[in-house]
Amino acid sequence: MLGKLTWDAIPFNDPIPFFTGIGIIVGMISILSLVTIKRWWPYLWNEWITTVDHKKLGVMYVLLSLVMLLRGFVDALMMRSQQAIAAGGAQGFLPPEHYDQVFSAHGTIMIFFVAMTFMIGLINFIVPLQLGERDVAFPVLNSTSFWLTASAVLLINMSLFIGVFSRATWLAYPPLSELQYSPDTGVDYYLWALQISGVGTLLTGINFLATILKMRAPGMNYFRMPIFCWTALASSLLIVAAFPISTATWGMLLLDRYAGMHFFTNDMGGNPMMYMNLIWAWGHPEVYILVLPAFGVFSEVIATFSGKPLFGYRSMVVATLAICILSFIVWLHHFFTMGAGADVNGFFGIMTMIIAVPTGVKVFNWLFTMYGGQVRMTVPMLWSIGFIITFVIGGMTGVLLAVPPADFMLHNSLFLVAHFHNVIIGGVLFGAFAGYNYWFPKAFGFTLDERLGKASFWCWLIGFYLAFVPLYILGFKGATRRMQHYDNTDWQPLMLVAAFGAFVILCGIGFIILQLVWSIYTREKRRDLTGDPWNGRTLEWAVPSPAPAYNFAILPDIETTDAFSEMKKHDQTSIPVPPGGYQPIHMPRNSANGFFTAFFTVVFGFSMIWHIWWLAIVGFAGIFITYLALAWRSDEGYEIPAAEVARMEAAGRKGVKA
Amino acid sequence: MSTAAAKGLPDEAHGHDGAAGHGSGGPANTRTVVSYGFWLFILSDIVLFSAVFATYAVLSGRTAGGPSGKDLFDLRNVAIETGCLLLSSFTCGIMSLVSDAKRPMQTYLAAAVTFALGAAFLYLELNEFIDMADHGAGPDRSAFLSAFFTLVGLHGTHVTFGLIWLVVMMAQIATRGFRPTTMWRLHCFALFWHALDIIWIAVFTIVYLMGVL
Repeated sequence: MLGKLTWDAIPFNDPIPFFTGIGIIVGMISILSLVTIKRWWPYLWNEWITTVDHKKLGVMYVLLSLVMLLRGFVDALMMRSQQAIAAGGAQGFLPPEHYDQVFSAHGTIMIFFVAMTFMIGLINFIVPLQLGERDVAFPVLNSTSFWLTASAVLLINMSLFIGVFSRATWLAYPPLSELQYSPDTGVDYYLWALQISGVGTLLTGINFLATILKMRAPGMNYFRMPIFCWTALASSLLIVAAFPISTATWGMLLLDRYAGMHFFTNDMGGNPMMYMNLIWAWGHPEVYILVLPAFGVFSEVIATFSGKPLFGYRSMVVATLAICILSFIVWLHHFFTMGAGADVNGFFGIMTMIIAVPTGVKVFNWLFTMYGGQVRMTVPMLWSIGFIITFVIGGMTGVLLAVPPADFMLHNSLFLVAHFHNVIIGGVLFGAFAGYNYWFPKAFGFTLDERLGKASFWCWLIGFYLAFVPLYILGFKGATRRMQHYDNTDWQPLMLVAAFGAFVILCGIGFIILQLVWSIYTREKRRDLTGDPWNGRTLEWAVPSPAPAYNFAILPDIETTDAFSEMKKHDQTSIPVPPGGYQPIHMPRNSANGFFTAFFTVVFGFSMIWHIWWLAIVGFAGIFITYLALAWRSDEGYEIPAAEVARMEAAGRKGVKA
Repeated sequence: MSTAAAKGLPDEAHGHDGAAGHGSGGPANTRTVVSYGFWLFILSDIVLFSAVFATYAVLSGRTAGGPSGKDLFDLRNVAIETGCLLLSSFTCGIMSLVSDAKRPMQTYLAAAVTFALGAAFLYLELNEFIDMADHGAGPDRSAFLSAFFTLVGLHGTHVTFGLIWLVVMMAQIATRGFRPTTMWRLHCFALFWHALDIIWIAVFTIVYLMGVL
């Protein structure tokens, strides 16, 4: 009846997951009760859960990402604390089977549900606003993508309290991830969660390709698109080309585990090394799916706060697309030690170094944009400058790792761990926070506090160096990654420094939360009445803050890059209303399709994980029926009348909440 | 998933056909955006298949002492399957033409023939699978057979979803007539069905012909 699910799945004897799980359940129940008592359900349902507005979906992605950042960061603190004390004969506070779950969950959550989710949130929020569009190509599909991501998050977090999570690292290498060595449901949680979120991501990629290529405002030629949209385009291309590979690969691992097949097993002709090739053929493009939009954020932020057009716009576009293509021919550098031979390793080593060239072009473009500009040291700008310095260091250690003989020495060492944290924190996360501070007023109509923002930046920057420079040194000394304990007590002082660094980063996270809370508390004083708090250059600043549901009352007519800067040169602070006045605007209606799909997907995923076949069929049927209902919905949207548009525009300009 | 996503598409696209503006370009009309999005989905589906094809290429010789393609494949059976599928693509094309002309009875007839040919293809494929499994050559026998069943089965799963989708589309025409959203979806279905043919040509060549000859 319940497959593999029994009372043994609840970790009664394991205090850390048990009490965390209880805490989460109590927390969720109290939030749900509060929502019920305060009668917020209609508001939540109508304004957020069923919304198909790309801006609200973007906000929800970012919120989801920030919550998961807390979860992933608790894992990080546990690992750093464990390694700080488990030296010599000491075993620390985490037994191996728990420690292995912690690092597997940390990697999975941080990549898929923090970095990826944050970037997709920013893309959702900004791309249509920058391209002069009223919505994305497929709004209901967009909401479905979000809710699929949310279902995957729910499944991952269920593993805390019901069963265990994977112990097979964030990429689940076989044969360790095969049934023979991982017989419990941990790997299944991992696989189903990632398959579900992967479908959501693929649909987002398709949606934004169509949005960017087919929905732009009149006159918005390719070479007039803001750089962030170019990077979003490159990212979407990579998603559509790479995510099916991960779906296929994890699908095959699932077949190995569920149907006794032999793709990646040790015996019966299976080939575990094929998994490494396939997963990195997705995994390396994935790295650029994350970092390219961050490059886009920095390009926007640096141009705005230097008061100059971006230096080398066309070279930036070419560099972005070069990285997009090259990212598909470097995957083998993740396993030089596999033994593919000197020629193969040599080819992939050189291709990897070549990627540094377009990246270098970008760095110089950012530097030359600042050069001779009136640089304003705002919070987004601080994140950007911190990024340039940090990312260059991370890039150089990457080029070092691209040398196969050097890689043989450093493979799977803490040097590697330091390298990829250097580029992912220094690149993606700094970009996420720069974008968060930069575009927050466009989402909510008030700015974030500068002082607390600066405090969070400095804690993150200093904490990052304290936490990861010791790891570089330890890597050189031979410390490998994923150690639950180690014998060499010489390593311990540096491990303590790294743990201290993690706690400094914790302060940085604390300041981010404090900044948000304080800014909401003092929002009346920090209203953005103009829609353009930073003297921005691109179209999103030409509409009121917060942006109205329809984005643009009048579709802009684009004649240059930096369209809004150009308008302001001609003393226009908003898109001119044509002689005929406002026209009624056609809008898509809300849809619960995404939410119901997600609900049945969770049912389906959970029952597949626990082998509850009848319930899996129910879940699948539920998804199918949800789509039948959508297919028969004969709703063609609704219209906002011209008078209402005029009223909302006038109100938005005065800063009154529209 | 494929059918679900495809059916999800049209209702969501809402037209900006009358968009104001006097610059060049501007947003495309809904029909174009829907087809374009579905083309992108098909491309992603082809990437999915290429990953499985690559896996098959690596594993096709790894029979672990079990039967190889030469021992198992019956080209006559495969030729009939191929004939059914290619013919169904032709009738699907006819369905597109008569549905564009908004002729319900002819549309149902073309759809019924397409469905029957697709179902015949599936029947032959399932027979082959069951026959192989009965002779100790199931998907758990060797890496080669795992890859064979997965690759051919993935295509078969797509065909199954295609058949379900086709039934749903006919129900849509029956209940709601030839309205634009239904026409876009039928157009997407046709794209999907023809793409499955192209993939089958690759399966036929790489799996069956290269396996036997």
